[in-house]
Amino acid sequence: MSFISAQDLSLGYDKTVVAENLNFEVREGDYLCIVGENGSGKSTLMKTMLGLQTPMGGQILFGDGLKKNEIGYLPQQTLAQRDFPASVEEIVLSGCQSHMGLRPFYTEKERKLARTNMERMDICDLKKRCYRELSGGQQQRVLLARALCATTKILLLDEPVSGLDPKVTNEMYELINSLNKSGVTIIMVSHDIMAAVKYASHILHVGKTIFFGTKDEYIASDMGKLFVNMGGERA
Amino acid sequence: MIEKLLYSLQFPLVRRALIVGVLIALSSSLLGVTLVLKRFSYIGDGLSHVAFGVMAVASVLGLTNQTVLILPVTVLCAVFLLKSGNNTKIKGDAAIAMISVGALAFGYLIMNVFSTSSNVSGDVCSTLFGSTSILTLSVTEVVICAVFSIIVVAMFIFLYNKIFAVTFDEDFARATGVKADMYNFIIAIMIAVIIVLSMNLVGSLLISALVIFPALSAMSIFKNFKSVTIFAAVSSVVCALSGMIISIVAGTPVGSTIVAVDVFVFVLTFFIGKGKGGKA
Ligand SMILES: Nc1ncnc2c1ncn2[C@@H]1O[C@H](COP(=O)(O)OP(=O)(O)OP(=O)(O)O)[C@@H](O)[C@H]1O
Ligand SMILES: [Mg+2]
Repeated sequence: MSFISAQDLSLGYDKTVVAENLNFEVREGDYLCIVGENGSGKSTLMKTMLGLQTPMGGQILFGDGLKKNEIGYLPQQTLAQRDFPASVEEIVLSGCQSHMGLRPFYTEKERKLARTNMERMDICDLKKRCYRELSGGQQQRVLLARALCATTKILLLDEPVSGLDPKVTNEMYELINSLNKSGVTIIMVSHDIMAAVKYASHILHVGKTIFFGTKDEYIASDMGKLFVNMGGERA
Repeated sequence: MIEKLLYSLQFPLVRRALIVGVLIALSSSLLGVTLVLKRFSYIGDGLSHVAFGVMAVASVLGLTNQTVLILPVTVLCAVFLLKSGNNTKIKGDAAIAMISVGALAFGYLIMNVFSTSSNVSGDVCSTLFGSTSILTLSVTEVVICAVFSIIVVAMFIFLYNKIFAVTFDEDFARATGVKADMYNFIIAIMIAVIIVLSMNLVGSLLISALVIFPALSAMSIFKNFKSVTIFAAVSSVVCALSGMIISIVAGTPVGSTIVAVDVFVFVLTFFIGKGKGGKA
């Protein structure tokens, strides 16, 4: 049994289908990269896996003891409004809500979890800072720490490096890679084929033609050859 | 001046009004940030007009205790508006505009046609701007006001962390198993209750000001949710109290005096915030 598996999944809004015939599975410890052109439905797939949207057909199954609320999530754009007054600490703590149920206040256990994850993301010194005044890279780290407070089983990251400079992008990839090495299952949307091929264990290509398989199978496939070469030339 | 104030304070009616005013100011300021940031301020505005319409019906029906009718109807409308707002953005906005303008028009019409009072425009004016109604509250109304504002404050304290999570990033909260729909629902009901309560203090047209100005003032100085919430509550209470005292001493209408003080504090904090931001 796998953590998440999709069977004949089709995605869309109202009556328009965005992507269909998706079949894939994610096992514990996997690092799945979802690639595809703009508008091919990657973010939609993420939202459907998170249960924010209902699939138009087929189904998504959760297994291996993974509960629906044990998924951490890094949204594509920071959804927080520009003016939101919130400190880093408050945001990271809010990730703990996933296992709070109806309990109203945080206890020492949650505060400790938040501290640990801020240390892990190296943002302890930003604790009291206002989120909206941080740089893009710092903001991503804060949201990652929040996601880690929600769960350490599986993280869904929607383009975590968009808008970051090459150096910070690399740091971010290494950070995500180290999380994966420490046992966190990763599902990441990325436009960076080279990084996908470097770090991922599996690749899901969404678009007119759909591919799902291990990284090596992808590189060997016709589509893989095409995209990896294109990515290679650009880099 | 002080003598006039002390003289007024001898009356239980005035003391009661001050207590109710403080409680209402406290409860109305708490949800301000959420209202502003979640784009619920439209709903707040629409609901205040609904409350006006229902109040017109209640006064025509000759109800002595109008809150009994206004509260449930406004809560129902809040729930309806939230539901329609969830479907599609545009439809939700249109529904709010329809309901709020419709309620305003019908309220005025009903008061004009059916009212037995000789001073219709005076009645309308006091419903819209609150004028002296805070000093003419009956004991039951005072008790209802006090009980509901205490409930709202208590609920806010217990739901504080959930409200933060749902306001900051609803998708994330939902995805990690927070019952966002339920909390949105509770927030909408709390807003409806606050609006009905505030109507007694500042009248239905000025309610939004009471809810939003303290939050905006706080947001221009402070940068984390907790400080913003605390400052909004404190400034709202201080403004309401000084507004009421000024209005007693100077004989100005209660509602607009309170809002004027709120605006004054907002302008003040705006420049303080600008100054701080410039230095940093
Ligand atoms: N809320 C929505 N309602 C209707 N259609 C939508 C909505 N969000 C996205 N779409 C459409 O669904 C399609 C897929 O969008 P999606 O955001 O999933 O693409 P994506 O693969 O994440 O693209 P990108 O690489 O730009 O992030 C697009 O054609 C888009 O126009
Ligand atoms: Mg996307």
